[in-house]
Amino acid sequence: MTEKPSDRSKASIPLWRDVRVLRIFSQILFLAAIGAGIWWLTNNLLTNLDRSGLNIGFQFLRETAGFPISEGIAYEPTDVNGYAFLVGIVNTVRVAVIGIVLATIIGTVVGIARLSGNWLVRKLATVYVETIRNIPLLVQLFFWYFAVMLTALPLVKEAIRLPGSIYLSRRGLYLPWPVPTESFATWGWWILAGVAVGVAVHLLRRAQLKRADRPGLPLIPALIALLGVILVGWFATPGSPLVLDVPVLKKFNFEGGMWLSTSFSALVIGLATYTAAFIAEIVRAGIQAVGVGQTEAAKALGLKRGLVLRLVVLPQALRVIVPPLTSQYLNLTKNSSLAILIGYYDLLNVGTTIFNQTGRAVEMILLIMGSYLSMSLLTSILMNWYNRRIKLVER
Amino acid sequence: MTEQLPPPTERIPVLRWLRINLFSSWFNAILTLAAGVLIVAILTGLGRWALTEARWEVIPANLKLLLVGTYPVDQVWRIWSALYLIALLIGFSGRLHGGLTQRIGWVGAGAAAAFAVLPFPLATRGWLLGATAAVAVGIGLGQLGRLGTGGRARRWIRRAEIAAWVLSFPIGLIFLNGVGGPLPVIEGRNQWGFLLNLLGAIIGIGLSLPLGVLLALGRRSRLPVVRLVCTAYIELIRGVPLISLLFMASIMLQLLLPDNVRPDLVIRAMITITIFSSAYMAENVRGGLQAIPKGQYEAAYAVGLNGALTTILIILPQALRAVIPAIVGQFIALFKDTTLFGFIAILELLNISRSVLGNLEWRGTIFELYVFIGAVFWVLCFSMSAISRRIEKRLGVGER
Repeated sequence: MTEKPSDRSKASIPLWRDVRVLRIFSQILFLAAIGAGIWWLTNNLLTNLDRSGLNIGFQFLRETAGFPISEGIAYEPTDVNGYAFLVGIVNTVRVAVIGIVLATIIGTVVGIARLSGNWLVRKLATVYVETIRNIPLLVQLFFWYFAVMLTALPLVKEAIRLPGSIYLSRRGLYLPWPVPTESFATWGWWILAGVAVGVAVHLLRRAQLKRADRPGLPLIPALIALLGVILVGWFATPGSPLVLDVPVLKKFNFEGGMWLSTSFSALVIGLATYTAAFIAEIVRAGIQAVGVGQTEAAKALGLKRGLVLRLVVLPQALRVIVPPLTSQYLNLTKNSSLAILIGYYDLLNVGTTIFNQTGRAVEMILLIMGSYLSMSLLTSILMNWYNRRIKLVER
Repeated sequence: MTEQLPPPTERIPVLRWLRINLFSSWFNAILTLAAGVLIVAILTGLGRWALTEARWEVIPANLKLLLVGTYPVDQVWRIWSALYLIALLIGFSGRLHGGLTQRIGWVGAGAAAAFAVLPFPLATRGWLLGATAAVAVGIGLGQLGRLGTGGRARRWIRRAEIAAWVLSFPIGLIFLNGVGGPLPVIEGRNQWGFLLNLLGAIIGIGLSLPLGVLLALGRRSRLPVVRLVCTAYIELIRGVPLISLLFMASIMLQLLLPDNVRPDLVIRAMITITIFSSAYMAENVRGGLQAIPKGQYEAAYAVGLNGALTTILIILPQALRAVIPAIVGQFIALFKDTTLFGFIAILELLNISRSVLGNLEWRGTIFELYVFIGAVFWVLCFSMSAISRRIEKRLGVGER
C-alpha cells in the first residue's frame, strides 16, 4: 500500500499472473464464448429461414388478420394483424388490472383475518391460504373454467338471476352497464370542473394542515367536493347523461348490458384467488413486522385507534409489504398468459394465432416477449415510485 | 440459549375459551356466526357431493393412466426399482444421520405400508410393501454404517453415501427410460402422466440449482462483462411468463438448432423449465450472498484461501443455508409449473386427465378428477413446505 503506483507497474509480475491483465483477458474470453454461441444460433436461424424461403420483416402486421376475437375493444376480422395484437395486449391489461385490484382486496382481508383474535376466522384464513398456495394455478383455472363455468352452471335459458339483473350461465356473466347518451358531453364538462375543484380543495387543505402541523386526510374533503360538483352537474344537465343498459333474454342469448365471457370470469377468479393467498402472507408478515411496542407507544401518546393504524402501523407495515407485493403483481400479470389454455384472447393467445396464420415465428416471439417485458418494466417503475414515496426517510 | 421450559398449562373452561376466542365482542360474535355458517354450508355441500353423488371409482379405474400414462404395464417394475433406490438411500442416510431424514424415511415407509392396506390390485400392494422393505433395508445398511467408527471408516462411508446419491440420478433415469443402458428404451415418453411432473421437477431443480448459483455469483462478479450478461439473462427470463418460453421452445428450437439436432418434447420442456427456474433460483441465492457479512470474506482471505475456495468453502455454505426456505419455495413453484407442460402436447397429469374425460364411460367426472389432481399436488407441496419449515427451525435461521 505504501509503494507508489510507478513501482507497482514494473514488469516484475509476469503477464499471466497479473490480476489486472487476467481480469481483462477472462472477460474477453467470456464475451467471445457468449458471442460465438449467439453467432452460432443466429447462423442456424438464418440458414433455416433461408431454406424455408422466409425472411424477417414486420410487414405481415399490416395484412388482414382474418380471425375473430370474441371480446375486448372493437375489432373485426378484416382488421390488420397489428391491430389484432393490440386487442390482445388490451385484453391482457384488462385481466391484469382487474385481477390485481381483486387480489389485493381479498389478500388484505385474508391477511388481516389470519391475525384475527377470532379463532374460527383465523383458522378459516389459514385453511384458505394453505389450500390455494399448494395447488397449481393451472389446475385451479381448469377447475373454474371446465368444471364450474362449463359444467356446473346452467344453460343460458335457465340462467341464474342474481339481484340487480345480473345473469350467470354457461355463456358467461351478463350485467347492467351504464351507456352514455347525447347529453353526456355536457356532463363531461361538469366532471372536469369537479376534478379542478377537488384538486384545489386538496391543495388548500394540505397547506392548511401543514401550517397547523396537524395530521389529517386532505383527500376526504377533496373527494366530497369532487362528488358534489359531479352530482350537481348530473341534475343540472337536461336529460340523463347515462342510462342503464339492462341485459334481456332474447331467443338464443341475452342482449344488452355488459358481457363477461366464461373464460374471462374463470381467469379473473382463478388469478385473483390464487394471488390473494400469496398477498395474504405478505400482508400478515408486514403487520407482524411492526412491533407491539409501536402500537402501545402510539396509544400512550393518546392517539385514537384509527390514527394509530393510519399514522403508526400502516406506514411501517407498507414498507415491508410493497417490495414483495410488486413481485406478486408481476406474477399475476405473467400468469395471465395461462389464458391461452382456457380460450381467453390475451396477447399470447392472439400472438400464437397470428403465428399460426402467418408462420412468422421470430417476429411474433419478439413481439410477445417485448410486450411482457415492457409490461413488467412499467409495473416495476410504478411500484418503485410508490416504494420511494413510502420509504423510511432517515435523518 | 438456555433451555426453555414450556409455560405451565392452564385449564381453561370451555365456555371461557369460547368467550375469549369467539365471542369477545359483538363484532367478534357476528364474525364467528358468519364464519360458522360459511363453514357449515361448504362442509355439508361438499360432504353430500363427496359421499353420495361423486363417482370416485373413476380414480382407481384410471389410476395407472393418471400416474404413469402409457408406460407399458410389463415394464412398470422399472419405475418401482427407481423408487426403491431412492427409498433405500433415504433409509440409509436417515439411519446414518438421524433427525429429519430419518423421519422422512419412517413416514414414507409408513405411508407405503398404509397404502398397501387399501384395495389396490394385489401386484400394486406387493410393490408398495416392497417400498417399505427398501426403506428397512436402507435402515439396516445405515445401522451397519454406524458401526464403522474411526475417522477413516467414517470418511469412506460418507463418500460412498454422496456417490450413491449422485449416481442414483443417472441410474434412476436408465431404469425409467433405458437411455443407452441395457434395458430397452421406452417410446412415447411424452405420455407418462404424473411421472413427468415428478421428473420435470426433479430434473429441473437438479439442474437449475447449480446454474442459479453460477448466475448469482456472476451477477455479483467484479468483472463488468460477466455481471452485465448474467443480470441481463436473469432479468429477461424473469420478465416473461414460462408459457411464452414453452411456446418459444415448441416453435423456435427447430429454427435455432442445426438440422440434425431435434430434441423431443420432453427434453425441450426440461430445458425450458431449467432455463426459467435458474433465473429465479439465482435471485434467491443472491439474497443469501448479500446476507453474508464482509468479514467472512476478509477472514477467509486472511487465512490464505483464494477467491474460488473462499466462495466454495466459506461463502456458499452459509449463503445457501440462509435461503433454504426460498429454494424449497422455488422447488414447489417448479413442481406446480410442470402442469404447464400440457401446453406443448405433453400428457402430464393434468393433460392426461382430459383423455379420461374424453372417455364416454367417465363423462361428467370432471370434479372428481380435478379434486384428485389438486389433492395429489397439495399433499406433496404441503409436505415439502412442512419439511422446509423443519429444516429452517433446526438450522436456526433467523434466530441467531
